[in-house]
Amino acid sequence: MRPEEQGIDVAVLVSVGRHPITGRARRADQDARGLELALGLERQLPGSRVSLLHAGPCAEESEAALRGYLGMSAGTGLETLTLLEQAEGSDAIPALAEHLAAAPPQLVITGARAERGEGSGLLPYALAERLGWPLVNGLAAVEKIEKGVATLLQALPRGQRRRLKVRLPAIVSVDAAAPVARQSAFGPARRAGIEATPVPAEPDRELAAWQLAPARKRPKRLKIVKAASARERFKAAAAKAEGGGGQVLTDVTPEQGAEAILKLLKEEGVLPRG
Amino acid sequence: MSEIVRRDPRREWIARNRLHPEHASVLAEIGGGTAVSEWLGPHGVIRKNPRAIGFIGPNGIKRIDRSGAQQGGQAAGAARQAAQDSRRKVNIEAPAFLVAVVPDMTGGRLSGHDKDLLGLARRLADADPERPGAVLAVVFGEHNRERGGELKEQSFGEAGIDRLLHLDDDAYAGFAPEARLAALAAVERELAPRHWLLPDSPLGGADLGRRLAMRLGERPATGVWQIEADSEAPQGWCCTARGAAESLDIQRPLPRVALALAECAEPVDETRHAAAPLSLTETIPSAFSRIEDLGQVAVDPAGVALAEAEFILSAGNGVKDWEGFHHAARVLGATEGASRVAVDDGFMARDRQVGATGTWVTARVYLAVGISGAIQHLQGIQSCDKVVAINLDPGCDMIKRADLAVIGDSAEILAALLAKVEQQRGGQRDAA
Repeated sequence: MRPEEQGIDVAVLVSVGRHPITGRARRADQDARGLELALGLERQLPGSRVSLLHAGPCAEESEAALRGYLGMSAGTGLETLTLLEQAEGSDAIPALAEHLAAAPPQLVITGARAERGEGSGLLPYALAERLGWPLVNGLAAVEKIEKGVATLLQALPRGQRRRLKVRLPAIVSVDAAAPVARQSAFGPARRAGIEATPVPAEPDRELAAWQLAPARKRPKRLKIVKAASARERFKAAAAKAEGGGGQVLTDVTPEQGAEAILKLLKEEGVLPRG
Repeated sequence: MSEIVRRDPRREWIARNRLHPEHASVLAEIGGGTAVSEWLGPHGVIRKNPRAIGFIGPNGIKRIDRSGAQQGGQAAGAARQAAQDSRRKVNIEAPAFLVAVVPDMTGGRLSGHDKDLLGLARRLADADPERPGAVLAVVFGEHNRERGGELKEQSFGEAGIDRLLHLDDDAYAGFAPEARLAALAAVERELAPRHWLLPDSPLGGADLGRRLAMRLGERPATGVWQIEADSEAPQGWCCTARGAAESLDIQRPLPRVALALAECAEPVDETRHAAAPLSLTETIPSAFSRIEDLGQVAVDPAGVALAEAEFILSAGNGVKDWEGFHHAARVLGATEGASRVAVDDGFMARDRQVGATGTWVTARVYLAVGISGAIQHLQGIQSCDKVVAINLDPGCDMIKRADLAVIGDSAEILAALLAKVEQQRGGQRDAA
């Protein structure tokens, strides 16, 4: 590391997760991955400061879950979590936006979506729109940060990656493609402090008006057979999977066959360039 | 004249019953102008014309169906020809409102998710038959032709699109949410659609939809999987959406912007729509972008999980030159797969097996080399888009499934393919 490289301020927004089977409060998986990314950044850029931010009620159950994040801080500079205290069921976005605008960090990392409540994944987008910052979703890694410009790797479906350059300050959201979070240690979690500051909050009336129910299984789509006669119905039921109307090249030289295949591969755009 | 065919069960029964006294006359009546195959001769003997029996089947071969269902076979054949193209044409001239859809268009064509979403849009648009709305699709970038050179307008029309706004500009290529958002905001200003529908998919729809909702100042419904008419809701619809990491069902009124999951509705399959091209009168302001796309990064194809690989080169019993096969996979940048035989014989690792007992793959292009296509293997590649087969046997099942099949020696064809790819890369390097 060269001495002129400056560390940056990173704020990690964390939420209270929900264990998918037991339903207990825990550290949310994606948020923990976000914190892991931030701690990796701290190692990569000495002098960086990581801060944890949560908006929500201060209850016993949620505190235990939030301490799960603090337990990841062993051996790092992270010691406290800032809790913007609100009543249950209030809108977290105005409080978070105000807090971030008051002391803007250079990078805000969040999970893609919450594991409780609406879980719509809108929070990073709402913050980006309010603060006017660029937003990158599906972050896989931060390659480097130089002169206020971050080079990031974005995860695409099918294991692909895309390299992006983003001007800071920016908001990034992480999902399952980010590095797996380290274990949470009990001792550091107990010793770390939670700084709670009450903030004014408005209840989320729209959410309260909706009907929430445990997810029921989605109906499986049926194969609709539109056949007039019994013979057609039988054919539809007994048919093998067939592409139908495929092109078959017989009696061609290997060169001609290869040409046809190459044309298709190019049309689909699967060949790597270069 | 009406198209409806009136049936007379009694006459049909007589036509089936060869011993009925009125059989010949009824047959003659049903057969219309065609020759009668059986009649009572002048001496009271039944005469038959064997050449008048039966009908010409779809392959041009004469078929005889003795069940009685095929009386007047030629006419039925013609009716079936017409049934091939039975989609009702719909042209909505003056729509009461617009339903805007922004499909993902992965690989330049409408995905299954996009088609489901368009089906949902049609439900919203056609709810009131007196005042139908039009479905507007906003498509960014290039789009490919469907298989067999089918015209793109046709595939758009068959998916249920009435108006097509095609924005083809370099600014929208790659990851360009700000430019796309500026274009959608211009659409909103000029056309003001009543509904905005986007796919809630990681391919871009989920990201763009949330950005759009925030720009329009709406609180969108995400993960929508069902909609129902509801007269009390402001838009006339209520929806069921997944929330809280798929563990909650949220019932709420349908907002203006909705992000829907796959299989949210049945795709359109009975009508064909106009897909009339549309353009914006105002020029879209070019967005100042703080995100720069440096392009995709080369990923080691061997490290990509087989189930989500995009391009798979798969080997079967017909492959003899394994060194050449591995080399081909490296040059083409493909993930390697194998059939059960190749795995059992120890040429490939067990985790590379494709099929019912191995991995169910979802590749966009599946290149099968020397695989005959056992039913278990074909099950495993059900959801692949394009299947290319190289095989010696022109009668095997893989050839029937394949979109492109080349009959010949796999090693020679692969070598020729590699030579062509390398030649082109060399040419590009020289040009650069």
